[in-house]
Formats: sequence, structure tokens, C-alpha cells
Amino acid sequence: MVEAFMFYLLATLILGLAVMVITARSAVHSVVFLVVNFLLVAVLYVMLSAEFVAVIQVLVYAGGIVVLYLFVVMLVNLKREPEQYTDPRRLGVLGTVLGGAVLAQLVGIAVYSSIRGSTVVDGAGLGSDTPFAVGNTEQLGWVLYTSYLIPFELASMLLLVAMIGAIVLAKQNL
Amino acid sequence: MVDTVVVPLLKIAVLLNAVLVAVTFLVLMERKVIAWAQSRLGPMRVGPYGILQALADPIKLILKEDITPVKADKFLFTLAPIMSLVPALVVFSVVPFGPDSLYYISDINVGLLFIISVTSIGVYGIILGGWASNSKYPLLASLRASAQLISYEIAVTMTLVSVILTAGTLSLIGIVEAQQESGLWFGFIQPVAFVLVFIGGMAETNRLPFDMPEAETELTGGFHTEYSGMRFSLFFLAEYANIIVISAVVVIIFFGGWLRPFPNVAALSFLDIIPAWTWFIGKIFFFLYIFIWIRATLPRYRYDQLMALGWKVLIPIAIGNLVLTGVAKVVL
Repeated sequence: MVEAFMFYLLATLILGLAVMVITARSAVHSVVFLVVNFLLVAVLYVMLSAEFVAVIQVLVYAGGIVVLYLFVVMLVNLKREPEQYTDPRRLGVLGTVLGGAVLAQLVGIAVYSSIRGSTVVDGAGLGSDTPFAVGNTEQLGWVLYTSYLIPFELASMLLLVAMIGAIVLAKQNL
Repeated sequence: MVDTVVVPLLKIAVLLNAVLVAVTFLVLMERKVIAWAQSRLGPMRVGPYGILQALADPIKLILKEDITPVKADKFLFTLAPIMSLVPALVVFSVVPFGPDSLYYISDINVGLLFIISVTSIGVYGIILGGWASNSKYPLLASLRASAQLISYEIAVTMTLVSVILTAGTLSLIGIVEAQQESGLWFGFIQPVAFVLVFIGGMAETNRLPFDMPEAETELTGGFHTEYSGMRFSLFFLAEYANIIVISAVVVIIFFGGWLRPFPNVAALSFLDIIPAWTWFIGKIFFFLYIFIWIRATLPRYRYDQLMALGWKVLIPIAIGNLVLTGVAKVVL
């Protein structure tokens, strides 16, 4: 009962803040709302008793990536108040269609999962087989490096490629 | 009800008051120690040997006029000091002052990561405060603060991974217990990690020689140039609370937390009559003193030297230390 109440309260706040992120007049205000949004999502993870994911969410997104956003936003638009400006190359129709597609997909997932009923994900059937019964950090590490090893390594390769690409793009005369 | 609500609230109240009182006296301690380092007397007028200066300073700050610049962003200008102070105080919720549950508010199994992540939120106060002031020097300071945070956090977090490998747990209480089992404080097993975390801690709390975001001589006070009165003192409180946090973390991870020296030597067990929390607070004071001592000794780094130190020296050493720790863990 309390948990459901907390969930809906958090969900409302998260969605409200997400709306404020895109409607805020100043880019720096948007970033501040984004930070609070990330923090509330971390609370959601704590309610799912995924403390490790929650802390990493705060550390990486709220503490790291958004600091870089702020850095860029402060460098780019120093004092300019947001003026009324429409990009002539703006593709309004395409944006609406894409947004609609994402919305339809989300609704589809919600409807499908409510029809199918909830299934408990227990770490690819490992569940109680892991040598670490307590603490989800150990379990997460175990699952990542055993049954999800290849996707995990592929994801890290992807990140490495992105990083090298960014450096090559930024430093033309390397 | 009593155990889940009343007792934790009481503990929080006691701890918050203790921290805030400690901060006011830490300011006095800093002024005194630096004065002695420079052959001065320091504050002497208020109370015997200037002890009551610790009370006079906050009263002065509260009574001063609180000015908001006309062109400032009012919302963020008000929010920034709060965003800076709250994380600094929240961190204390996982700091264990002693072995049993009376001495800590909560023991979560990701304690160390919790501390790293919450302290990284604190920098928003500095960045937003500098931006919201709508003034040149604070803006420069906040750009410096964000670049500094990114470069030092990577090195510190990498280093802490090697400590976590040594301890085998993320819980702060677990880390202290692991030091009791191994019989050696991790500061002696991981001396390189200790130095890296201490340097990174100085950079994260904007202490000399890394106080680029404040840098009085070049940025007229940096991010808090436009702040006055109570809001300025919130930034001040946050900075000193952060110094206490970093000292506490260093003591817990590298110097045995509440353990007495040589925790496994039975011949020294007479030292156990000194309560555990006294050891902990005593060690914290030792590191606070070192923080002040370094401020009195070293000049400020230049900005590009600071970035080069973070990226080209600390991060490679941290990675090397991590690899060595992993190899040692497998071989031994």
C-alpha cells in the first residue's frame, strides 16, 4: 500500500520533471531538472531493492554526465535569453511521426506485459545458484561475467569505439 | 515504531549538530594552525585564546545583509548553496563511528559507492552558484570546478576499486572489519592508493593547493564572489563538512576506522579502555590537521598543471595500482 503510493508519487514527479526539462526556458534550468529527475529514478531503483544500480545511476548520470552537459551548456549559451526562433530546417512532421511511434511502442509494451502477467527475472535462471546469496552487487557481477559475458564485452567494445571516434573527430590533426 | 523512526531521527539530530559544531571549531582550528605556521597568534580577542571566535564568526555571518545581484538567476542563486550543503551532510548517514549499531545511522551494502556518488552531487552547488551569479569571475570558477570534478573523480574512483578488491566488500563497516581480520590497516597494504585518494580528496573539496574554483588572488573568491551573509556561510559550511567527510573516508578505508593501533596484538589490549569512537574521531582530527598543514605549506597549482596532474599522472597510476592489486589478489 505504502509502496504503491510511493511509486505513483515518484512516477508523477519523474514525468512532471521530464516535461519541465523540455519546457524550461533556460538550458541550465533544464539541466537542473534533469539532475533531479535522475535522482528520483535512483530512488525508484532503491524501491526495487537494486541499490547498486541506484548508486551507479547517481554516480554516472547525475554526478558525471550531467556535469559535462552543464559544462557544455554554460560554454555555449552564456547569457543569451532564449529568443523565439524556429529552425527553417526543422522537420516537424518527421518528429511527430517518430514521437508517435515511440509512444505507440511504449503503450504496446505496457499492454502486452499487463496481458501476459508479470514474470520474475532471476538472473538468467542462476538465481540461487550463484555463490553469493546476499548483496545484489556480487550477484550482478556474477551474472555479468558468466551468462552475459559476450553482450557485456560487446557493449564495452562499443563504448571504446565511440570514445576513440570522439577523439579522432575532435583532434583532426592527430 | 520507536526503533525505525524515533531512534534514527534522534541519531540524525545528534550527528547533524555535532557536525555543524565541529565545522565552526574547524574554522577556528584552521585559523589558529595557519597563524602558528606563520609565527602569528591568530584570533585572540574573543574569549580565552580566541576560542569563542568559533561562535562569533557564525553570528556575524547570520547578521550580515543577504544580497542578491539584480541580474542573477534568482531561482538557481537560492538553490545553489542548498545543493552544495545537503550532499555534504547526507554523506554522514553511512559513516560508522563505532562497531555497533548505536554508532551509525545505516549500514548499506554499497556504502563506499554511496559516499562517492553523493559527494559528486555536491559540485552542482558550486557550478550553479557560479553560473547563476551572472558575473565573470564566478562563471570562470564554475567552469573550472566542473572540469576539475571530472578529472579527479575518475582517478579517485579507480583507486577505490583497488581498495574494494583488497577488502572484498563495499560496506564501510565490512571494510573496517576486513582490516581487523588482516591485522594491517589498508594504508600499509595500499600506500599508493592512500596518496591518490588523499590528493583527489583535496581536489574534490577545493582545498589548497587545488582551490582553483575559489582562487582569491585571480578570481576574487571564485564561485562565491557574489554571495554574502547566510548563503555564503552555507557554501562555507559545505566546504568544511566535505573536509571532515574526506578525512573520515580516508580513516575508514586506510586507517582502520574505529580500530585501535595494531588491532590484533594482544599485548596492546589495554588500549581498549579508550572507546572505539574516540579512536575514530582522533584519527579524523589528525587528517584535518594535515589538510590545514598542507594549506599553510604549498602554493596553488596553475590550472593547466592541475588538469595535467589529474589526467596524465593520477589516472595512469590509479590504473596501474588496480592491475597490480588484481594480480596480487589472484597470485596470493
